[in-house]
Amino acid sequence: MNFAVLQFPASNCDQDAVHVLQNVLGHSARLLWHKETTLGNVDAVLVPGGFSYGDYLRTGAIARFSPVMQAVKQFADNGGHVLGICNGFQILCEAHLLPGALVRNRSLQFRCETVHLKAATTDSPFTNKIPADKPLRVPIAHGEGCYFADDETLQKLQANRQILWQYCDASGALTDAANPNGSLLNIAGVCNEGRNVAGLMPHPERASEPLLGSADGRLIFESLIHALQQRASVKAA
Amino acid sequence: MKAKIIITPKKAVLDPQGKTVQNTLAHMGYSGVGAVHVGKYIEVELSGTDKEAVRKQIDDACRKILSNPVIEDYRFEIE
Repeated sequence: MNFAVLQFPASNCDQDAVHVLQNVLGHSARLLWHKETTLGNVDAVLVPGGFSYGDYLRTGAIARFSPVMQAVKQFADNGGHVLGICNGFQILCEAHLLPGALVRNRSLQFRCETVHLKAATTDSPFTNKIPADKPLRVPIAHGEGCYFADDETLQKLQANRQILWQYCDASGALTDAANPNGSLLNIAGVCNEGRNVAGLMPHPERASEPLLGSADGRLIFESLIHALQQRASVKAA
Repeated sequence: MKAKIIITPKKAVLDPQGKTVQNTLAHMGYSGVGAVHVGKYIEVELSGTDKEAVRKQIDDACRKILSNPVIEDYRFEIE
């Protein structure tokens, strides 16, 4: 599969994402500078973490208007798969490709630690390889990861099963203590109604090799690759 | 002309900054301190002369980029 990994001024997880997709998972991944106006021949877009545009105004607010984001919006509107990680999640929310917003952590602290993450549904291109009963161990590193949406939106997210990942404890229970940032419903990541765009605050690309303490993050990339391969085989048939 | 824009967190959004400032004011001995909300102030200098057109433009900018309507309210004055 061909991945495009976007690069904004002050993206800083772009190289990690390319490394995992290319060297760990054996797919093709190339960096795409934010001034590009076309994506080229890609199967999926990854919007990586970092502090795009210095987090000026609001996290993701300026990056959203980068030329490349217009191309990403078009790609997503046509059913293309897009995954946003951390700042990438914030950018996709600002771009209205995902519902809700990420606000300052309830503790006001920047949280940098390993959390447990539960797939709230395995029925998505981003979670299909995650065992339902297996909490993933994946790191977080953010100051503004508290997921907020109004009641109406939350109800819609639940009804459509758009909540993909939730913070949980080691046994899989959704507790307040396991919620690192005050996110509503312990939400760590969501997808759009079409289920082709998703974002999450934790960093699966930092937990895709045993050497780094956890390879659980791989399951998220493997889910996406599986979905893309299925899509390609349907197209070819 | 100049636009003076005030952006505040929506009431439904958790405002841990406001809460922390409120607690600190109380600890410092200021009496009768109620809820505190921390927002943003933005000034935009404008060369236009048609106040109504400028107002429309700033309102559009507030909705599209200067604020995020999911989590923030805004208000502004044109001087």
